[in-house]
Amino acid sequence: MADYKGVLVVGEVVDGKLAAITSELLGAGRGLADALGETLIAVLIGSNVKGYAQEGVAYGADKVYVVEDPLLEQYQGDSYLAVVEKLVNEVTPSIVLMGQTSIGRDLAPRLAFRLKSAASMDCVALGIDPDSKLLLGTRAVYGGNAQAIFAMESKPQIATVRAKAMEPLGKDDSRKGEVITLESGLDASQIRTRYLETVKEEIAGIKLEDAAIVVGGGRGIGGPDGFKELQKLATLLKGAVGATRPPCDNKWVNDTLQIGLTGKIVTPDVYIAVALSGSSQHLSGCSGSKNIIAINKDPEANIFKVARFGVVGDWKQAVPAFTEKVKELLAG
Amino acid sequence: MNMIVCVKQVPDPEAPPASFKIDSAANKVIPPQGVAPVVSPFDENAVEAALKIKDKDKSSKITVLSLGNKLVRDVIKKPVSMGSDELILLEDEAFEEGDSWSTAYALAMAIKKIGTYDIIFCGRQAADWDAGQTGIGIAELLGIPAITLAKGVEVADGKVKVERVLADGYEVVEAPLPCLITVSNELGEPRYATMKGIMAAAKKQPTIWKPQDIGVDAAELGAKGRHTKLVKLFQPVREGKCEVIEGETPAEAGAGLAMKLREAKLI
Repeated sequence: MADYKGVLVVGEVVDGKLAAITSELLGAGRGLADALGETLIAVLIGSNVKGYAQEGVAYGADKVYVVEDPLLEQYQGDSYLAVVEKLVNEVTPSIVLMGQTSIGRDLAPRLAFRLKSAASMDCVALGIDPDSKLLLGTRAVYGGNAQAIFAMESKPQIATVRAKAMEPLGKDDSRKGEVITLESGLDASQIRTRYLETVKEEIAGIKLEDAAIVVGGGRGIGGPDGFKELQKLATLLKGAVGATRPPCDNKWVNDTLQIGLTGKIVTPDVYIAVALSGSSQHLSGCSGSKNIIAINKDPEANIFKVARFGVVGDWKQAVPAFTEKVKELLAG
Repeated sequence: MNMIVCVKQVPDPEAPPASFKIDSAANKVIPPQGVAPVVSPFDENAVEAALKIKDKDKSSKITVLSLGNKLVRDVIKKPVSMGSDELILLEDEAFEEGDSWSTAYALAMAIKKIGTYDIIFCGRQAADWDAGQTGIGIAELLGIPAITLAKGVEVADGKVKVERVLADGYEVVEAPLPCLITVSNELGEPRYATMKGIMAAAKKQPTIWKPQDIGVDAAELGAKGRHTKLVKLFQPVREGKCEVIEGETPAEAGAGLAMKLREAKLI
């Protein structure tokens, strides 16, 4: 039995930057490594990622492994799993952290089953049990109706972490760390799937995940035209429009606007929730907002339980008057 | 196409949040009174993905596989009423209280017993534990390729082309058969049961398999086969301190809300 030590963060580079989730993971991983008295290790995997290794150090890593190979240009379960499995067998970390992203959601369970270990998915808090020294992962279950703390009794303990749930450390370019390049050892025949293309469905304007103000609409909006009204308000506030699942499933808006457990996670300064009841699944994606404002005709709607300010009434009347007043105030 | 769809019976996730209760001493969810369980919604999307393939290739066969104990027949037969052909239930108390590992292990062993298949479909995650690991786990245990988060699936020339959901769009990935695909809601609403399907479901006698039927020791199943330990289950406290802005009409309240947000320096 190997002596498992250290915390390994599987990093991601997105749009020519170290992903925000990676710096968040490094912040969380630093805390865990310090609590255990162990090192924090990161790995960057791709076709051209070496340039970001130093940034990993600046965000807290003691060591950054870089695995580059043209076969790793696109994420594929088979290739990334082979690389991470090889690295884990070499480094034998006690904890492996990934983001709850389209990569982490896919890769963490693969790694858990390949290594006959276990993973806790979509954690919102991580800690170390003072007695057993095991990782404790807190995660939403039952669509966010409850939370559960899980321990994993096999090593390495694998966890994915929800976006914006952890604080990154301040970037410190003077931090020293080691950058180690590893061969992928990949052979094209190991990759059984074939990547064909990516189709982007980006929405014009401010990105939903980055917006300081988000206007979210639910089933009660009733159709695509209602969302145009919300867009008017969002544009005025230099914010973005999001939605619960029903408007996406009904094709009133693009699927990429979905906020919630299986959609995007938003934590704006102001979240204006319009004609949405506040299901636990949806709140999982927006409850980190600093101020939730609710407009709903049902005074018993769950959203009022998390809102700071609210209006009880038909959004079709309340929102245009709200928008008009906001316009006046911003002009004045 | 020979397809297997794995489905799970769960408490209805659409039940009002106020009806959701847990027994914190036992770390268990108390099933809400008077709310019938359902097939986990993403699993219905998985059934729909298989049915779409069967729509084009009528000779296809869809076998639905589920696991649990005392499964409600009317609930678990729903995929048959939608148009699936066979129903196999791993039903025994030994299968209860499992985690992703023990559940995937039992399902993988059952699939080995079924023997021949081209595609295995699973929902992207179950509406109870929301882990999203079982599907991938089955593929890993069977040694077949897997593609997760499908919103579109097309079979051609002995291969499957999958549109896989990404944060800002999707990617197209191809896999050889046999393979496993997990399905997301972006695939589209599952179809309603047909009258013919409801009659077929009423007549359908599910095949029941016990641990010994799939050649598995009960010690590797359910609660005993877990790799994770549930330390604590609790409900997040949501404090209701909402300041409601009043007005003669919703429009007046809407304007008042704008003033209030300005006052609070939120806009």
